[in-house]
Amino acid sequence: MSTYIFRRLLITIPVLFGIILAVFIVTRILPGSACFALMGERATQAACAAFDAAHGLDRPIPEQFVTYVTSALQGDLGTSFRTSRPVGALLVERIPMTLELGIYALLLATVGGITLGIVAAARRNSSADVLVMAGANVGVSIPIFVLGLLLVFVFANLLKDTPFALPPSGRLSPGVSVVPLAVRWGMEDQTGPIRTIVDFVSNMYTLNGLLSAQWDIFSDAARHLILPAVALATIPLAIIARITRSSLLDVLGLDYVRTARAKGVAEGSVLRRHALRNAMLPIVTVIGLQIGALLSGAVLTETIFLLPGVGSATVDAIQSHDFAVIQGFVLVIAVGFLLINLLVDVSYAYIDPRLRPS
Amino acid sequence: MESTAGVAELDRQIVGARRGGLWRDTLRDLLRQRNARVGLFLLVILVGSALFADVIAAYDPNKVLFDEGAKRLDPPCIHLLGCPADQPEHYFGIDKNGRDEFSRVLHGARVSLQIGLFTVGFSIIIGSLLGLVAGFTSGAFDHVIMRVMDVFLVFPALLLAIAIVTALGPGLFSAQIAIGIVAIPIYARIMRSSVLSVRESDFVTASRALGEGGRGLLFRRILPNSLTPVVVAGSLGIAAAVLEVAALSFLGLGAQPPTAEWGSMIGQDRDVMFTAPHLIFFPGIALALTVFAFNLLGDGLRDALDPRLNR
Repeated sequence: MSTYIFRRLLITIPVLFGIILAVFIVTRILPGSACFALMGERATQAACAAFDAAHGLDRPIPEQFVTYVTSALQGDLGTSFRTSRPVGALLVERIPMTLELGIYALLLATVGGITLGIVAAARRNSSADVLVMAGANVGVSIPIFVLGLLLVFVFANLLKDTPFALPPSGRLSPGVSVVPLAVRWGMEDQTGPIRTIVDFVSNMYTLNGLLSAQWDIFSDAARHLILPAVALATIPLAIIARITRSSLLDVLGLDYVRTARAKGVAEGSVLRRHALRNAMLPIVTVIGLQIGALLSGAVLTETIFLLPGVGSATVDAIQSHDFAVIQGFVLVIAVGFLLINLLVDVSYAYIDPRLRPS
Repeated sequence: MESTAGVAELDRQIVGARRGGLWRDTLRDLLRQRNARVGLFLLVILVGSALFADVIAAYDPNKVLFDEGAKRLDPPCIHLLGCPADQPEHYFGIDKNGRDEFSRVLHGARVSLQIGLFTVGFSIIIGSLLGLVAGFTSGAFDHVIMRVMDVFLVFPALLLAIAIVTALGPGLFSAQIAIGIVAIPIYARIMRSSVLSVRESDFVTASRALGEGGRGLLFRRILPNSLTPVVVAGSLGIAAAVLEVAALSFLGLGAQPPTAEWGSMIGQDRDVMFTAPHLIFFPGIALALTVFAFNLLGDGLRDALDPRLNR
């Protein structure tokens, strides 16, 4: 198994290289120079020449590429043109927010989708089935930004003074602030990878609240995540419910299921222990694909709910030609994607012993 | 030479007979499904609104109506539902700039329909050609095209589209091209796998044995017989394309004001959502219904055209 994973990791290296190259080329062909995008009217020819020289943009593009790849391999992703901050620090700041949102949305979509799919398949053609499938058809058709705004309208406006009210935007209520875990744990003077990890976790506010036993922060951060997570999870949830139902129905028609029923195995056990395990492959594939869709959705969700995450940061960077930031974020997103694909493939082997590499 | 002409004639007869049959069968299968009938019904309404928007709507979608008694952000006024008869009737209310929201939503149907067809048409044509050539030639060319497609597929669709729109400059046309480009790998992959299986069919081998050349094989034998999966993917792709272009417009990168496009209307008016929810609600419902209709129809078409499901 480990050699299989190792081989798969090796294959991803050329793909990763291709992605870095593609992003590099795309950023370089964006019309209008980075200098103009950043300085606006102050962008005189002399100022731009100095800017380009300072950021190495006056070098030939192949040379820029080699410089970038060499320093990236040493863990240096460059500095933002706009804020002059290291891209690595920006990533540690922004990724946790999106990761936190993504994890909650994915949990909701997976648990909700599989449960609804099982209910629909177990009672095929019943009113529950019709309702779930109709709901799924509607769910995949509602644009994230429409659903997000409707949720905000209902929970932050109509239900404003009821116990069901939820905040419309941001990560925390005014007046609530998070103490970084590094401060709390007395690690302020430390640097290095452990400090980076602590800072990363610290920026996932619900986890921060849990780890430091600050329940008010945990509940406030969680309440702020409910609406964005629901908006983001709806389409994947509907898709997962549909695939669970159809995959389960395929398996339920097979002979071994009939045998199990004939043996007198309880229906619940037939569903869970016999059918679901074999129906899992397509479901896992679709869940893997949905993780990609979640990132596209995060761009919209973060815009609507004013959340400072990866999606909004990348959009900002693209629009202001902040090359180093675009490259850094896309690189991390791509690595995440490739790892998720690997995880999906490895989980096939776990789910279905026939697919284990010999 | 003579034998090729004979084959062509026979072919025309067989293909002709089958073509009418296939489409009639498909339509019959489609109409047998309740979901597809709902989708078709919604689509007829949508196409009707798009075609007759000028006739149905009482106002020009871009006309400012302050001189005609309309007030900024007026809620919907429908006489039948108790709105005083001395007020002008506006089914969906008035937007921020004093325009009739109903007329704008109706005209938005035209824009969305055009977006869906153009965007998917663009990506199907380019994607299919790439997939066709890749699948037919195999070898190095195939490898290069498909690896490039793989790299494309790794990017989150919306982020890639935003980058492309930034490169082309914001606007409805750029947004459609961007979403079209992002979808190319999907069709290229489907077409390629379809070509790979059709290429090995006996009738292709027979044509080749009869002396048919590469181009004839490719465009007259393989292409028509590989199209079905692409058509199915395309019908589902329209829903996605409408959704994604609307998302770009919502972010301010697609249709620009004053174009009556649903995504951009929602994006423009979201700051007044709490006082005038109708400005989010109606274009939002219109957008969701359109996507819903294309999804139902696409699902129905897939079931009708997928031979494995014909029982």
